Amino acid sequence: MTYLKFDTETCISCPDTSCLTECQHISIERDVAHNEILKIARGENSFVLHECVTCYACEEYCPYGNHPFYLIVERQEALGITPQPSPLVKRAINIGIPFRGEPEIKEINGPVINLGAFSQLKYLIEGKLFEGLTIISDDERKMFHYFCQLMYLHYGKISVIKERLLKIIDTIARHRPTEVICFHDECFGAYTSFCNAYGITVPFQPVHLFEYLYTRLNELKDLIKPLGLKVTYQRPCSSRLSPDKHRYVKKIFDLIGAEYVKREYSEQNVLCCALTIQGQKKEGSRRLTLEIQKKNIEDMKRAGAEVCVFNCPACFDTLGWKVKEIGIKPVFMSDLCRVAIGESPVDWKESDG
Amino acid sequence: MDSIYQKLVDIVGEEHVSNRPEELFIYSFDLGTAEPKSPDYVAAPKTVEEIQKIVRLANEHTVPVVPLGGGLSLAGLAVPIKGGIILDLKRMDTIIEVNERARYAVVECGVSQGQLTSYLEQHYPHLTHSEPGAPPAATIAGNIMIHGQGDLAHPYGFSSDMVNGLEIILPSGDMCRIGSCAVGAGWFTLHPLPDAGIFLGWYGTTGIITKLSLKLFPSKKIRGTGTFVVEDERLVPEIIYKITHTQLCEDIIAYSSAIPPFASELHHINVNIAADSEKELEFKQEIIWDDALGEYIRKGTGGYNGFVRGLQRPQISKTSDYKKGGGFEYVGAIMPVETYPHCYRKGREISEKHSIPYTITGRVISAAHAMMFAWTYAFNRADPETIRQAREALHETDDLVMELGGVIWKPGLYGQKLIIERLDPMTRSLMKKIKELLDPRGIINPGNWEIF
Repeated sequence: MTYLKFDTETCISCPDTSCLTECQHISIERDVAHNEILKIARGENSFVLHECVTCYACEEYCPYGNHPFYLIVERQEALGITPQPSPLVKRAINIGIPFRGEPEIKEINGPVINLGAFSQLKYLIEGKLFEGLTIISDDERKMFHYFCQLMYLHYGKISVIKERLLKIIDTIARHRPTEVICFHDECFGAYTSFCNAYGITVPFQPVHLFEYLYTRLNELKDLIKPLGLKVTYQRPCSSRLSPDKHRYVKKIFDLIGAEYVKREYSEQNVLCCALTIQGQKKEGSRRLTLEIQKKNIEDMKRAGAEVCVFNCPACFDTLGWKVKEIGIKPVFMSDLCRVAIGESPVDWKESDG
Repeated sequence: MDSIYQKLVDIVGEEHVSNRPEELFIYSFDLGTAEPKSPDYVAAPKTVEEIQKIVRLANEHTVPVVPLGGGLSLAGLAVPIKGGIILDLKRMDTIIEVNERARYAVVECGVSQGQLTSYLEQHYPHLTHSEPGAPPAATIAGNIMIHGQGDLAHPYGFSSDMVNGLEIILPSGDMCRIGSCAVGAGWFTLHPLPDAGIFLGWYGTTGIITKLSLKLFPSKKIRGTGTFVVEDERLVPEIIYKITHTQLCEDIIAYSSAIPPFASELHHINVNIAADSEKELEFKQEIIWDDALGEYIRKGTGGYNGFVRGLQRPQISKTSDYKKGGGFEYVGAIMPVETYPHCYRKGREISEKHSIPYTITGRVISAAHAMMFAWTYAFNRADPETIRQAREALHETDDLVMELGGVIWKPGLYGQKLIIERLDPMTRSLMKKIKELLDPRGIINPGNWEIF
């Protein structure tokens, strides 16, 4: 059994309780916040557990790495306060069940890239940036054997993650990878932040996609032609689990000659794609989703962005078409990097069309 | 030389007729579990006159004639149970007229659903028709001959309710027209002439459609599907009642299936919504999800799972992938919506008994006046044992439909027998008289809707 490493004393002595006072979705004074986080730590009910939209951001706001978000989700589950209606919770839990045979294990003994539950996006792993890199499993029928499960944080179901993650880690490890480049930063967050918080041993080296891309771009520096584009980045919720890797966004943009536009909603103050909010039980959740998305996209437009860069496929599906409608080109980070070295990714060409 | 073969060659030309075993084999079965039976000839006419000549030839020799559209009914309805001539109508594929202002299309009998969809998208983007969940090769005439339903069944009813007029070749070989076209007034309405509706739903046994006029409907710029999910099947009828009360949707389909796992033991209610603007779309979404269904969301018993732009046709055929060998067949039934919970539970029981992953789907017809309920059973075409299992499951489901007070839709022979046994004696007598009057030699699609 795995347990969350959470230190109540850290919260007691915390001077500003930024985990809650910084929250974009709950308006809360410091004293109240202090009291509520301690109630949650003691296992008591708190309005925060009901109001939380599960944006992951408090994991980043906590300066001590004390995992307030994991704690909130633990308590939501223990007290039966699931943010989503129960049919959507069951649906989500079922999604992660592999149903088309066992994984085919091939020993790789080298670096791999793991697409997690997004095998259908294997076409993004092409070109010089990914030369010599093996996709650990590109079979859509088998992708749920490689699914990090962290999505269940949105559903108040941390027990599902704990129950399934060890097997997923074991499946990946059986391929004997030296490094596992995580296509989605949710996977990276799972194998670093979450596993660390729960004392789970990870027998391989997880690498964030952006760190990998940055390294490869430096190796291919001679091929880079500055893009000269004004870009924004749709930071996903799971990026809050590895904020130290977020710096690679700016480093990559600088390297490929893209101007990272200044926005009201960026970095720690970023607005999420809000996909997870639309189905929540709280009254007005669907409309709130639309409002957040509108505010986000209008801010991109005000900042003069020409391109909106994504890491998360769910963010891409949710916002990609919306930004396109107002003339901002949606693109995955890997594709933007490919364009910078003179390649023509399919989505980039289609988007032009 | 076979004289019937030679006469068919004289009518349609040598390249459009065959009695070669390898070609007859193709026409001996459909994609379901019905027992195969080879025809003696296949002829593919191009004109009404050719059909008339073939039917007269068949009369002369008392040879069965089985009209064939896309051949996708799955229930064996175009399998030539008594041999004879398969009349493959796919060459009669002309879209004769689209009247944009009066919103109808006149098509020949071989025009497929996909062909009309594509034609309208290209030439009349403001118009659409009620496209069924069958593959695009299914014909429009075939669909109305079985009282099919499409993705506009909720607002406008069965596909056969959308017929404005028919041109029919009677079993005698004579041609007649039904509707406003019969008085030379164009093809814009079936009414108000005295009702001559003795052709729709008869599987062609009372006459072969050669042309038909189909109602078209407004096609809005944005069309997509929103999904509502519940776990308790007992909630489905009341939720459908509430959604249909809004009168703001196109298609409404509820489904549950063992595979893929996300759909297992849950009920997804897919609601197609169309709009010409974001403003109109949001107005409709607010009323449906927030106002009509908000109470379920707040209580946590129902969940809004988002709206996906672009139409996703029902993909029941994907169930054929669940067992190796790619076979599937389903029992369709027209049921009261309130029977959904029973249909789901009993259908699961039957599937589980026969070791088949369950797939259950229900499409709302009109203002929830009924639901077309489908229980789908996958099988391996190369494995007779799984075909037998599926056939048994299908027959048990036919029995179930009648027990639950429904009516089997497009029944195969077994289902027809169950219905005929239960028919009111006077109704049976009337149907028998109609059939004897129109087809005294019993040559058109014999074996189907035969009442003795």
